[in-house]
Amino acid sequence: MGEVVLSVTNLKTKFDTRQGTVEAVSDVSFDIAPGETVALVGESGSGKSVTSLSIMHLLESTGFIADGRILFDGRDITSLGERELRDIRGAEISMIFQDPATCLDPVFTVENQLREVLEIHGVSGEKAKARSLELLQLVGMPDPEKRLRSYQHELSGGQRQRVMIAMALALQPKLVIADEPTTALDVTVQAQILELLKTLKKETGAAILFVTHDLGVVAEIADRVVVMYAGQVVEQGTVRDVINDPQHPYTRALLNSMPGKVAALGERLEAIDGTVPSLFDMPTACRFGPRCKQAWERCHVEAPPLFEVTSIRSSRCWLADPDTVAIRSAAGSAAESADEEKAGAES
Amino acid sequence: MSAVEADSVEDQKGNGNTGQSVAEGEVLVEVRNLSKHFPIHKGILNRTVGQVRAVDGISFDLKRGTTVALVGESGCGKTTTGRLVLRLLEPTSGSVRFEGRDLAEISKAELRQLRQRLQIIFQDPFSSLDPRMSTASIVGEGLDIHGIASGDEKIERVAELLEMVGLSRRDLKKFPHQFSGGQRQRIGIARALATNPDVIVCDEAVSALDVSIQAQVLNLLKDLQAELGLTYLFITHDLNVVRYISDEVIVMYLGEMVERAATEELFTNPQHPYTRALLSAVPVVDPDMAGERPRVMLEGDVPSPSNPPSGCRFHTRCPFAVEACASDVPELIEMSPGHVAASCPAYETEGYLNQ
Repeated sequence: MGEVVLSVTNLKTKFDTRQGTVEAVSDVSFDIAPGETVALVGESGSGKSVTSLSIMHLLESTGFIADGRILFDGRDITSLGERELRDIRGAEISMIFQDPATCLDPVFTVENQLREVLEIHGVSGEKAKARSLELLQLVGMPDPEKRLRSYQHELSGGQRQRVMIAMALALQPKLVIADEPTTALDVTVQAQILELLKTLKKETGAAILFVTHDLGVVAEIADRVVVMYAGQVVEQGTVRDVINDPQHPYTRALLNSMPGKVAALGERLEAIDGTVPSLFDMPTACRFGPRCKQAWERCHVEAPPLFEVTSIRSSRCWLADPDTVAIRSAAGSAAESADEEKAGAES
Repeated sequence: MSAVEADSVEDQKGNGNTGQSVAEGEVLVEVRNLSKHFPIHKGILNRTVGQVRAVDGISFDLKRGTTVALVGESGCGKTTTGRLVLRLLEPTSGSVRFEGRDLAEISKAELRQLRQRLQIIFQDPFSSLDPRMSTASIVGEGLDIHGIASGDEKIERVAELLEMVGLSRRDLKKFPHQFSGGQRQRIGIARALATNPDVIVCDEAVSALDVSIQAQVLNLLKDLQAELGLTYLFITHDLNVVRYISDEVIVMYLGEMVERAATEELFTNPQHPYTRALLSAVPVVDPDMAGERPRVMLEGDVPSPSNPPSGCRFHTRCPFAVEACASDVPELIEMSPGHVAASCPAYETEGYLNQ
């Protein structure tokens, strides 16, 4: 698969809690090519944010990477020390967070904060000042000279997020991790920021890992999607494939529970019954099995691996098992009788 | 019924301000020219230095058994409007009539009585439930206060309510922390239903929930409406949710109504530039359409309601604004029956309305 800027292989992230150690991310693997936008999608508790924080080594003190490998630009960054990480963070991988109001320091001006990023990595004086202004122009800040002297409370939500993006791009990183960057914004401002990120991606060539719960945003911005559920990757593929022809029942149910899609047709929403399993009580077989409408016996006994549907497509579901598929297509219209499927799967 | 309907149609023709429109169902709540201005205090003398004009002259009707959605971005006054309707806030001017009675003119005791019939579901299922109260006491509190039921009868009614919202009587003794977000929101709904209300204000009731859980709660709200004939005032910023749940939509911008129409009409035939921009900004779950469809991209953010722009409040961000927009205050005009929009010079532009 050609060039790769980030490669995550079998990542396992655990947290120590008073009730014992829990695994928030289990065996997550995905790659990002240079200049590519990959969306990491999932609902709360899916492990999408923990995955992105693991890459940056920004986990809370109780969290740790238990297993797996993170390769950035060919270098193993899984177990780097704090000093080496500091050279990478901001300069080569940078991050944009959800809530710009809590990420900017209220007692420093925009210029102070932009210059801080630059100065830590060796750009100072007049050069830093000029670059700060250039960055604000790059992110489309209205009246950039004046905004350099502003404090965060003088900026609107959209403007703050533009400052965050300017800081993230200050040192021309190869990868930007954006964790729900538009979730806190109004929809008209969200549209502006998405448009800005698309333009900047073209101009700077940075790859983006876009963490979000909103499949609508995914359709707007991403090239490829990694769908997560209960700490695992359940489906991967191009945006077009995943949204137009979801392979995993969870992805399909998620799409059908979005009101935008069905409202226009006057249909009823297909809710997913039940709730995401607790980390303390994770099903040992398929983690989505207890909520899945298509589950049969095998799903409650054996955990499905991530099956490769095509070279760029995968699904963690027994339905994607080539054996199951062969039996199912042989049985013609299949899927009606659970017994039949079970027999097929076991043979 | 037909005589009454004929009367109110007459009424409407005679006086646009007090009339009722009678598409279906009786008008339960009548909101007229409702405004709420919050004073801004400053300095040690706490002098009033200005007003936040949160809501400015909103009028609409809630008909029994239907859902009206109030949509808009932050600061548009949708939440304030909801609280004014329930009289959790005193309006600066204008009136809210419930079954013809002005809520501002009735006594405190009567208002308390009426509260049984006007309920609210809040956004955040975490902070809206008292962590020290069991489900039975949270849901049953209204029954106590209004003297509807007590003792075993109360417990029986609470259990019934829990089952109605998809929980079970085993949950009676549990506390909020033992439930997930979606389940807590179900408790919030059971609490609102306890006193047998007619009108429920749903203030961003599903916004904090994950999409799969949101779907469960939206379906529940729809089922309960069909079963109990509830009337919803649904306050949200999520236009996809609006399209799914509501019969009529009111679009607000900086405290004012910009457009009002039946839901499908509004989504398929939006008139005002702001409505169009808002609808086109909603991400569509269709990678083939992303980037293809025409977009009305707005610049900047919503201005502060403490100092709203003169004339048409939207003119600072409007791609169609002309000089006159800064001074001419728009009026609401009926574009087609039941479809009202703020007047705008863009309508005169050739081809605009056919876009």
